[in-house]
Amino acid sequence: MIIRIDSLTFRYPNGTTALDGVSFGVGAGERVAIVGANGAGKSTLARHLVGIERPASGTVEIDGRPTDRLGIAELARTVGFVFQNPDDQLHAASVVKEVGFGPRNLRFPAARRAELVESALRRTGLTAARDTHPHHLSLGERKRVALASVLAMDTPVVVLDEPTTGQDHASIVLLGNLVDSLAADGRTVLAITHDMDFCVEHFDRVIVLANGRVAWDGPVVDWPAHVADTADESLELPQMTRLGRRLGWAGPVTTVAGFLERLPAEAGPAPVPPGG
Amino acid sequence: MIEVKGFSFTYPTGSRPALTDVAFEVAPRELCAVVGGGGTGKSTLAGVVSGTVPHLTGGTAEGVVRVNGRDLAETPLSGLVGEVGLVMQNPFNQISGARFSVREEIAFGLENLGVPRDEMAARIDPVLEDLGLTGVRDRSPYELSGGQQQLLAIGSILVMRPTVMVLDEPTSQLDAAGNALVFDALGTLKEQGVTVLLIEHRMERLARAADRVLVLDRGAIVAQGPPGEVLADERLEEWGVSPLRYTVAARRAAARRLWPDRKPLPVTLDAAAEGFGETAGRLYRGDRGDRGDRGDRGDRR
Ligand SMILES: Nc1ncnc2c1ncn2[C@@H]1O[C@H](COP(=O)(O)OP(=O)(O)OP(=O)(O)O)[C@@H](O)[C@H]1O
Ligand SMILES: Nc1ncnc2c1ncn2[C@@H]1O[C@H](COP(=O)(O)OP(=O)(O)OP(=O)(O)O)[C@@H](O)[C@H]1O
Ligand SMILES: [Mg+2]
Ligand SMILES: [Mg+2]
Repeated sequence: MIIRIDSLTFRYPNGTTALDGVSFGVGAGERVAIVGANGAGKSTLARHLVGIERPASGTVEIDGRPTDRLGIAELARTVGFVFQNPDDQLHAASVVKEVGFGPRNLRFPAARRAELVESALRRTGLTAARDTHPHHLSLGERKRVALASVLAMDTPVVVLDEPTTGQDHASIVLLGNLVDSLAADGRTVLAITHDMDFCVEHFDRVIVLANGRVAWDGPVVDWPAHVADTADESLELPQMTRLGRRLGWAGPVTTVAGFLERLPAEAGPAPVPPGG
Repeated sequence: MIEVKGFSFTYPTGSRPALTDVAFEVAPRELCAVVGGGGTGKSTLAGVVSGTVPHLTGGTAEGVVRVNGRDLAETPLSGLVGEVGLVMQNPFNQISGARFSVREEIAFGLENLGVPRDEMAARIDPVLEDLGLTGVRDRSPYELSGGQQQLLAIGSILVMRPTVMVLDEPTSQLDAAGNALVFDALGTLKEQGVTVLLIEHRMERLARAADRVLVLDRGAIVAQGPPGEVLADERLEEWGVSPLRYTVAARRAAARRLWPDRKPLPVTLDAAAEGFGETAGRLYRGDRGDRGDRGDRGDRR
């Protein structure tokens, strides 16, 4: 287990209990989506993984060691974190300087550094914007600069807080491929998202947070059944799942490919009335 | 009412124009959506219509922008307060920082408009309620989650009851319930006669709510029309917009003759269910759709 969280509880100074006994473990190379209502505690949880917040009680272990015993620098070598708001993490005067900051800080040798920076820019579609000041980029582009600066640190764990927000089609495709290829390289990806289609297309496992607790945790194939049963209105089914249900198909279908595969076999007499 | 004619704009540091010869109109009671790839000028356009571009950004502008009949080139920003509301793309940047609680943050705009104290509560509380913020009304705006801040940013504009509303990706961080609340609020605004310009990357609710969709590509309007047409266009991905899964599924099914002939590709769940329901019925009757006895095979869209 590269990440192990045990009975994690956290309260903000104003008394809000944001996390209330959260426990789960994540193995190397897993792709885990964290979903749940606005205010459920997702970002608070993510901030614990990089040591920005410290547990009130319970533990967060990265690679077998509790985060409160790891220095920020050592944690930074292991867990990369892309903030929900990119403007919280961009400080340099150009894209390439921003992306180069982490690897320099981690004292990678110059040749390795250059390689990491170029690869991160390429994987986020920012090569052409390398000399631009982040302030002169659109919000979606700034979010990708934040992502590139995390990729360049080459951490075994990557945590993304709502990576698809504000991204256009090409960038969402690129992000999906990135999640897949990071995991294929044995790196662990945790992503917070409200995009249920992105979730079923690129993740192995889903953790649902509700009111600071784990409400559900399981493989992505079983997740639609949970959403269909829950009263939690913050969750919605992926588009293809809703279509399959409307058509009266038994068992969940989640992706376009899965839908088309079943379509020829789903001959049926009566068109299903809307509202089903 | 929004009227834009022959409008072009270049940022002070820009090497090329962010907007080129843009022209469109949005009438009261109309919800016009703007979609397009990243960096194609959507937020710039939102700034233009709400008067911040070029008044606050500098840069060179050409052409005419009129809001409720007033030429923005000749209207100071202060003259638009209360009339045009802009919900900014990054809600974190919209919070005034001048107030201690969520409720006071929402009151802030009304104070500036000089709304009498006793009328304020009657306006603020329903907005808090409509956006699901009643439970956090006494918290500091900085003690909210990302989505809650986004709802607050929307609420602080809604409460001013502008007659022209510009929203720049207002649902980007919202869960399904919050997303529904915002679209409900937009529906109400339309009924009240408000002119709505909505920039969005998430297409499902937009497909049902928008009267018209404009596509921006590299600063120019490259397509406009009803959502059923624009969002089913095969160039959508090239324009930087993710098609709905319903449309993708039907397009691929059509290539295998598993989508009904002559039926337009769907952009809503209802339309997809209807079309695929027909396919299922046809298959059930033993018609595999591959007998080649129809002449209209190739040109179905
Ligand atoms: N700085 C803070 N001080 C006090 N309370 C906070 C703070 N940040 C968040 N909260 C509260 O803690 C809870 C969890 O917030 P968190 O930001 O983790 O939610 P989230 O699941 O990331 O939501 P979203 O999807 O809206 O981003 C919420 O009730 C929120 O209002
Ligand atoms: N303040 C600024 N100064 C200079 N150039 C800018 C500024 N803001 C935006 N730009 C540039 O103008 C172009 C249009 O940006 P804009 O923010 O309008 O795009 P957008 O369509 O809203 O993108 P996104 O979907 O990522 O939000 C981009 O090339 C961007 O880099
Ligand atoms: Mg969050
Ligand atoms: Mg924008």
